Amino acid sequence: MQQPVFCDVADVRARLGAAGYLADDAIATTVFLADRLGKPLLVEGPAGVGKTELAKAVATATGSELIRLQCYEGLDEARALYEWNYKKQLLRIQVANGSSPDPANDGRPGGWSEVEQDIFSEEFLLSRPLLTAIRRTEPTVLLVDETDKADVEVEGLLLEVLSDFQVTIPELGTIVAARRPLVVLTSNATRELSEALKRRCLYLHLDYPTAEREKAIVLSRVPEVAEALAEALVRTVRALRALELKKSPSIAETIDWAHTLVALGLDTLDEAAVRDTLGVVLKHASDHARAVAQLELN
Amino acid sequence: MNNGLLDRTVAFVAALRAGGVPVSLAESLDAVRAFGAIDVLDREDLRAAFAATMVKRPPHRVTFDTLFDLWWPPLLGDGTASRYGADAGDPDAGDDADPDATEPRQGHAVPADRDALRAELARLLLDGDEDGLRRLARAAVQGLGRADAQPGRQSWFSYRVLRQLSPDTLTASLLAQMLDGQDRDGLAEKVARQTIRERIKQFEAMVAAEVRRRLAEERGVERIAKTAVKPLTDQVDFLRASRDDLVELRRQVYPLARRLATRLTARRRLGRAGRLDFRRTVRASLGTGGVPLVTYHRPHKPHKPELVVLCDVSGSVASFAHFTLLLAFALREQFAKVRAFAFIDTVDEVTPMFRPGEDFPDVMARMTREARLVWFDGHSDYGNSFETFAERYPDAITPRTSLLILGDARNNYRATAATTLKHLAASARHSFWLNPEPRAHWGSGDSATAAYGDIVEMVECRNAAQLQHFVERLLPG
Repeated sequence: MQQPVFCDVADVRARLGAAGYLADDAIATTVFLADRLGKPLLVEGPAGVGKTELAKAVATATGSELIRLQCYEGLDEARALYEWNYKKQLLRIQVANGSSPDPANDGRPGGWSEVEQDIFSEEFLLSRPLLTAIRRTEPTVLLVDETDKADVEVEGLLLEVLSDFQVTIPELGTIVAARRPLVVLTSNATRELSEALKRRCLYLHLDYPTAEREKAIVLSRVPEVAEALAEALVRTVRALRALELKKSPSIAETIDWAHTLVALGLDTLDEAAVRDTLGVVLKHASDHARAVAQLELN
Repeated sequence: MNNGLLDRTVAFVAALRAGGVPVSLAESLDAVRAFGAIDVLDREDLRAAFAATMVKRPPHRVTFDTLFDLWWPPLLGDGTASRYGADAGDPDAGDDADPDATEPRQGHAVPADRDALRAELARLLLDGDEDGLRRLARAAVQGLGRADAQPGRQSWFSYRVLRQLSPDTLTASLLAQMLDGQDRDGLAEKVARQTIRERIKQFEAMVAAEVRRRLAEERGVERIAKTAVKPLTDQVDFLRASRDDLVELRRQVYPLARRLATRLTARRRLGRAGRLDFRRTVRASLGTGGVPLVTYHRPHKPHKPELVVLCDVSGSVASFAHFTLLLAFALREQFAKVRAFAFIDTVDEVTPMFRPGEDFPDVMARMTREARLVWFDGHSDYGNSFETFAERYPDAITPRTSLLILGDARNNYRATAATTLKHLAASARHSFWLNPEPRAHWGSGDSATAAYGDIVEMVECRNAAQLQHFVERLLPG
């Protein structure tokens, strides 16, 4: 097992903090364990609570390069793992056909075996994120973003790569990770990921933060905002979350809201200010109407 | 890791499994390995480590936290002695700075000055000091929550504590202090009220946890664990759901609909491919010198059924009907058309109330208020409702329709109108009856399940999990 990056949980918190990510106990401990146990970390939670940010902060904190695999419907092996550059291969074959007669080969152009060896070499291999992450010798953080968007078959592929950190390319042989990357998978839980994948990962459910932490996040992200305003902002957002909304505002929205208030030069959060800027935090017309009615904004 | 801690961990894993959290052997091994990797003297780190390795679904987190607090209590007894001593495992014990918590155990009349505690509670609620609240919860349970059950045994009650402290009655003065002279209505007040409500709820949960801890010491962890674990949201019985449960269920409607829709789309995509997409195939073949190596097909056009929901919204089954209607409309894209009819003793169409973007809690209230559902006495009358439905909406059911009837079939001993229902069922493509009562109760008393069950397939649907299962079956792949 390779040398762990972090020495203890407090170290994780300090280094993530230096990278601009305020981690709570659960986040710091889980990241520490992911590093120490060498297991992939699956981060699940609503949109905008800082899942992708966490992976970026871990990369910054460990001085690693971030390699990102964005998942989407229809993502396949050729996009995730590797692909042969068949156009270049075709060109290579055509060049071989057109080249001068080879005396060692009864006067025919270069032999097939030679061409074959040639076209299935490094030069024609297009490395995709998963393979790239495995082959790197420098410290690496592999981010598999929005895993739930990918098809179920991709999970099978991930299982293979993430459990052994090796990839088998029939023409080249098995490539074993020179240095295990720290893997972070994120998911919005639009579908339940398979048991098998979850079992192999450490699981972190990121939810809306505590009032205290949210305030600290707002203050660190939007330093222009006054502390009293940040406090009022966070309390209002929490009141909004307590309503039955279709989409509760998350941290990203709170930060946007703080930016908006700063840009508008508002320094208190009164009814008029909330009413005018509510669109920043609530993205559904019905949520908007509900908030206005329940918080008596009109 | 020494043997005592290992045994404790194993027992904890067993309790998690008993509480419905599926922990595999590999995961419990990870947990033990995590135990070795972290500083177990920090209880919150230990909690996070166990959660990361063993709890992989958010709904299980509540169960986990409850059981964790029982198995790895923050302190023992009144906080004077630690079972593990200097060994490991119990960080807070003994070094707690709270004077109340270090009272000698035998002290019968703990100076539980109710007013002093209340004043302290008000101060802590105002500051939102979480650690302070936790200490206070301990002191309050110690002082106010104890009752001698039998000689030598004690019992602990959270209602005693909460009744005497009655944190809710502090709200008014807290509000005044928090608002600090600002106007007492509008946004500021709403927000402050919400903040206070949240903190009080937190305090109540702390008291409950503390009481469970004391009880567990008296009677053994295993016994308390059994009663402490609440069922998961999707296992909550519709007919017994509390108001909080219903709010939680409603919050689940959209995520549930989204998950169902994703799964259905995936199933459809896996199914047969449609006709050859000639244009795309030829276009792609240009990359391989005009040889069509890969053929492309048009997606198969999914069959989308029309859905007609006919639901009993009388008091006893209203929450079930509401939830099912919400889910049906959240899934409207999966159907060609959704129409909903509500009835108590007569029937009315409620489809227009479920316009997209409509507010859920509002819809419920409006449905009972505006729709004309009562004709005679406001007790369920399935017979009359079916007859009225057949008469007033003869074109609602077509051969493409899936008919869904929701209700407990408790007909108050009235006429069943079985012939009418037979007619309706015959003109629909499929018909199902979802009954929120446990199957064992069907046919008892005024339940007309026997008459209706012969005509329409009756499905037991007591909780969200069963409903989800049914919807997957209803929608073709």
